[in-house]
Amino acid sequence: MSLAHDARVAVPPATMAQRPAGSWPEVNNPAAWIVAIILLIMPLIASGFFLIEIFASTLILGTMALSLMFLAGYGGMVSLMQLTIAGFAAYMVAVFGVSGNANISLGWPWWLAVPMALALATAFGTLGGALAVRTEGIYTIMITLAIGAAFYYFTNQNWAIFNGHTGINTVATPHFWGVNWRADIPFYYVVLAVAALCYFAVEYLSRAPFGLALQGVRDNPRRMAALGFNVNAHRVAAYAFASFVAALAGVLQVWNYRQISPGSVSVGACIDVLIIAVVGGITRPIGPFIGALIFVLLRTFALDFLVRLGLDGNRFRLLIGLGFLAIVFWSSDGVIGLWQRWRNSQRRSADRSGGGRRRG
Amino acid sequence: MSRFVERHPAWALIAIIAIAVGLWLIFAVWPPGLEEAIGRKRVFLNAVFNGITLGGLYFLVASGFTLIFGLMRNVNLAHGSLYLFGGYVGYAVSASTGSWILSFIVAFILTALVGVLLQLIVFRRMEGQDLRQTMVTIGLSIVFADLMLWACGGDFYQIQTPNWLIGPVELPLITAIKSSGEPVYLRYPLVRLVIFAASVIIGVAMWLVLNRTRIGMIIRAGVDDRDILAATGVRIQLVFVLVFAFGAGLAGIAGVVGGTFQSLSPGEDIRFLLASLVVVIVGGMGSIPGAALGALIIGLAEQLGSVYIPTYAIVVTFLIMVLVLAIRPQGLLARR
Repeated sequence: MSLAHDARVAVPPATMAQRPAGSWPEVNNPAAWIVAIILLIMPLIASGFFLIEIFASTLILGTMALSLMFLAGYGGMVSLMQLTIAGFAAYMVAVFGVSGNANISLGWPWWLAVPMALALATAFGTLGGALAVRTEGIYTIMITLAIGAAFYYFTNQNWAIFNGHTGINTVATPHFWGVNWRADIPFYYVVLAVAALCYFAVEYLSRAPFGLALQGVRDNPRRMAALGFNVNAHRVAAYAFASFVAALAGVLQVWNYRQISPGSVSVGACIDVLIIAVVGGITRPIGPFIGALIFVLLRTFALDFLVRLGLDGNRFRLLIGLGFLAIVFWSSDGVIGLWQRWRNSQRRSADRSGGGRRRG
Repeated sequence: MSRFVERHPAWALIAIIAIAVGLWLIFAVWPPGLEEAIGRKRVFLNAVFNGITLGGLYFLVASGFTLIFGLMRNVNLAHGSLYLFGGYVGYAVSASTGSWILSFIVAFILTALVGVLLQLIVFRRMEGQDLRQTMVTIGLSIVFADLMLWACGGDFYQIQTPNWLIGPVELPLITAIKSSGEPVYLRYPLVRLVIFAASVIIGVAMWLVLNRTRIGMIIRAGVDDRDILAATGVRIQLVFVLVFAFGAGLAGIAGVVGGTFQSLSPGEDIRFLLASLVVVIVGGMGSIPGAALGALIIGLAEQLGSVYIPTYAIVVTFLIMVLVLAIRPQGLLARR
């Protein structure tokens, strides 16, 4: 009945059995190495447009969705305010750092403004989480959605800090050691490094005692409480970690676009993050990045694609909506789930035909 | 009521004082000092009436939402889309036939039909799966929003108020005393009062049906224990379809009301979905009286807030939600 129950059903036992605790699954996986190498040498392959508009955007959005995946997949808490936390961090970078709005921005150097923004956004997300963990399942979704909406309308109305609906423009980006870190190639590596760090942090946490306890809380909170775990403290701590990840993505976001406005923290954008995480699959940390890649590709190319088919190019949201509907209708575990199911059926047919290609 | 007073004497006292102050502010002639401090009484009365009538509109949307959730545990995040759909249908009907009443009927029937389809195609297949229902209805609301944008464009539409409802009416509430000693009475748009009265009637009728009739008994039993009810031989799927159709139809009616009060445009669907979320969180999920109380509180807070503290009006409604969550996480009037 509850969300926690759904999440537990969504994790097929086979995937758990394949991954013994304490070892990194990527080390023995050739596909993971290939992806890592491709990502590292990407600037040699891709032009500036692809590097930033497609891959950097994918990694930033993927990191935001990763924070949601951590909460939903391991904690059983679907939070719709992860984008709001990212947007809060972005606003704080603009407010404390240097920007075109001299009467709002305090003009701190980036190495002071960014930690401040991260700390404030993490505190904001933790407070919101402390509120959200008082409720369960669908109520969590509603409350976090309401928090996100309240923040959006607040930024729209508040001119003293958030500069109303025009937002804050020409936010300065870091420039030190003779490198302009917002130039295409350095920025791509910064984004890649942050995304990889977050990815491995989530991977590590999912096997660390804290992550295991969190998954226990997700599956059976009453039993965990009876064992002496503080259920709510684990949940709030999960929100704190996820908020930090989202805040990192928010800082990168504001550096990427050099501006932040209420439009980027709107309710629709909050839901987009959920779509990304769900389409990719919320049982594994790689899911959000796959989802983000699909989303960014659709957002960038759907217009041309639709026009080429002779349809109205403005209908790309319809395309995204229908694709999302199809995936949630047929697979509760997103693209990863579909792929896993396809591989399982392949393996089963291979077993049946007598082939001994079974892998441990 | 008396049990609440016995259990929480302090809260009851605060509530009684707040109500008394509110009534005094509405009915008394304001002394000059007060007018200087917080502005003219006419502004205050207008805000109060706007808040109450907006609460009526919120109640229409939120009661359908909470009825569906209470009985079927169906999380319909496409409820805002039903609101907007009803509004567009009402606009089309009233613009082509000129009949305001007819637009309500057509909007109710068409949104109820959409609701039936939703229940048959979507919700019956994923009973008890909260997360999937949420995802699917979010997907549906994206698709609906884009389809409506396609069909109706991004313009603002306003449904024409019928002639017999146009214009203000004078209420027996004194806003000020002229220097000649003549009292000035409040003038308020008649259409908003009529619609508010209609939403009160709908609310009372729903309460009577739920508490005094056989179908209401079945619905209440279904809210409490669905399986036992099904085991007693009630055709529960039929009840589900009917309740879903009724809840969706209410959202459609609310769309026509919203199109008459305010305007219809893309984005209103999310606004009203959020309003009904906040209303039912404050009032308590699945409770019709809770939806009424929550709608009144949120409507008043929004309107009074936008008059007296315009920058923070949204934050006030949000703070109310936080306060309720902190004291009673299940909502003010939920039974759990």
